[in-house]
Amino acid sequence: MAKIESAFFDIGYMDTLAAQDTFIHRLDPRAKLVTTLVFVVTVVSFDRYAISAFIPFFIYPIVLIAGSNLPLPFLLKKLLLVAPFALLVGIFNPFFDREIILKLGALGISGGWVSFFSIMIRFVLSVGAALILIATTGFNAVCLALDRMGTPRVFTIQLLFMYRYLYVLVEEALRMARARALRSLNGEGMGLKVFSFLVGNLLLRTLDRAQRIHLAMFCRGFDGEIRLVRPIRFSVLDFAYVAGWTVFFILLRLINFPQFLGKWITGLIS
Amino acid sequence: MHMADALVSPAVSGTMWAASAGLIGYCSKKVKKEIDDRKIPLMGVLGAFIFAAQMINFTIPGTASSGHIGGGMILAIILGPYAGFLTMASILVVQALFFADGGLLALGCNIFNLGFFPCFIAYPLIYKPIAGKTPGRARVLGGAILASIIGLQLGALAVVLQTVMSGIAEISFTSFLILMQPIHLLIGIVEGFATAAVVAFIWRSRPEVLERAAAGTPIGALPVKNILIGLLIAAVLTGGAFSWFASTHPDGLEWSLFKATGEEELAAPEKGVHTSMAEIQSKTAVLPDYGFKTPEAEASGEEKWPAMDAGTSVSGLIGGTITLLLVVMIGYLIKKRQKAV
Repeated sequence: MAKIESAFFDIGYMDTLAAQDTFIHRLDPRAKLVTTLVFVVTVVSFDRYAISAFIPFFIYPIVLIAGSNLPLPFLLKKLLLVAPFALLVGIFNPFFDREIILKLGALGISGGWVSFFSIMIRFVLSVGAALILIATTGFNAVCLALDRMGTPRVFTIQLLFMYRYLYVLVEEALRMARARALRSLNGEGMGLKVFSFLVGNLLLRTLDRAQRIHLAMFCRGFDGEIRLVRPIRFSVLDFAYVAGWTVFFILLRLINFPQFLGKWITGLIS
Repeated sequence: MHMADALVSPAVSGTMWAASAGLIGYCSKKVKKEIDDRKIPLMGVLGAFIFAAQMINFTIPGTASSGHIGGGMILAIILGPYAGFLTMASILVVQALFFADGGLLALGCNIFNLGFFPCFIAYPLIYKPIAGKTPGRARVLGGAILASIIGLQLGALAVVLQTVMSGIAEISFTSFLILMQPIHLLIGIVEGFATAAVVAFIWRSRPEVLERAAAGTPIGALPVKNILIGLLIAAVLTGGAFSWFASTHPDGLEWSLFKATGEEELAAPEKGVHTSMAEIQSKTAVLPDYGFKTPEAEASGEEKWPAMDAGTSVSGLIGGTITLLLVVMIGYLIKKRQKAV
């Protein structure tokens, strides 16, 4: 339980990180959203044996982490928490694909291991990019960007509502679960029956809360639409940011830079 | 259960993104039409409720493990399919961004797997007919349990299909299927009972909540057929136009089926489709030669690619190490400059 609580504490921490004021934080949220998507699509479009070609791509998360002052250990811990699924599916690759495709001296490495590491690198890059997006932009600004880019208003408003009440309800649920755990002896009362009372009550209270919120908003002139007033401007700098990274990613997609560099150096030596 | 970015190809994730985005647009229009603007805050707050409710566990009798409610089914039951789907989608957006569950590209898959199946298949086709217009306690229970199980089974099947079609993971279709379906059957049963228990509680204490939801969305109005036709068109388009761009195994499913079953005739009809697809591809593809294997090489089933000799791999290793050092150094320099400022 402590683990889940700290996971929610982390959400708040992500917003704290997003409230910083660096060059990257000041960029238009749309610019950061688009760049993140271009990055993830490029990374995922590589063939399944790609490893060395991925290495230059680490420059994107590293520049962003360093430039926007994000704590690396915190992000790594978050990545580790969700690694098991990719690991579970990828771990079968070495068993099915045993053909040796890479030779390092006497050591032959099978295609399965190569593609397994490729999956893990993909995982770190793509998931890391999403975490960095939130930690540099903040959820509200991402919703604003989505809204301005044509996502249905109903959906973005809903996202904002959900995010706003996430903390309130999670805290309430955690209090209920803690109260039940404290009153339970030998696991009594931890079963389905009490569970249904707790969750059912929480649900009813949530419904009432939603109605109160709606009435309060209705009194203040809510007509089914929220007008977001915070101005965001897409400047030349934002355009340069998106264009610069996009060209860079496409270049790295077309040219295997490490291979190129390695060939050049081994050519110099021999 | 969450699909991960690392396992999907651009073609699969693109299709699923298109499908999910289309559904979100469609549902938004539908929800807006229902004029009842009370629903908008209700949806958002209920989304938060799902997160909160998953903090409360119950112990499963006879085992040491515990379970909690799933999201999609209970949302569909309370909000109806359209608003339920939108709420589920927003939950998954938050999970992808904050908990790194899945990732941005796989988000389309996840919204589809965990939102579409419970809200548009299990709810209208299983829960509604069983629960009926004036549901009794037993019918609500039975409907909720069965719908949860089937919704989750379909979702798990979709994960398997998406993974195999992407061809990034080597795992074969059948073995992944054998791995996924039983686990999700157990999870589905647990979630089904939990959902049913909560719904039954609501039914006892405030039945009007469920009645309102049931009245709000007449079952005849649900155009599942249109949605399915749209998906079919999207799938064909993807096969024809995008798969040159997709993966080294455009035929990943066929290939793993062949490998898993060892039967030629399973693969044979697929091959016919595939060759005609390949013809369309060669006509539509912008870069037909780029990184794309010839159909002959695929048919022979040889895995010669990539042809790496020792020289290339050594230079790759050296180059890779140097690049890594460069990248780390750039990061370090930026960090240092930041501190100085």
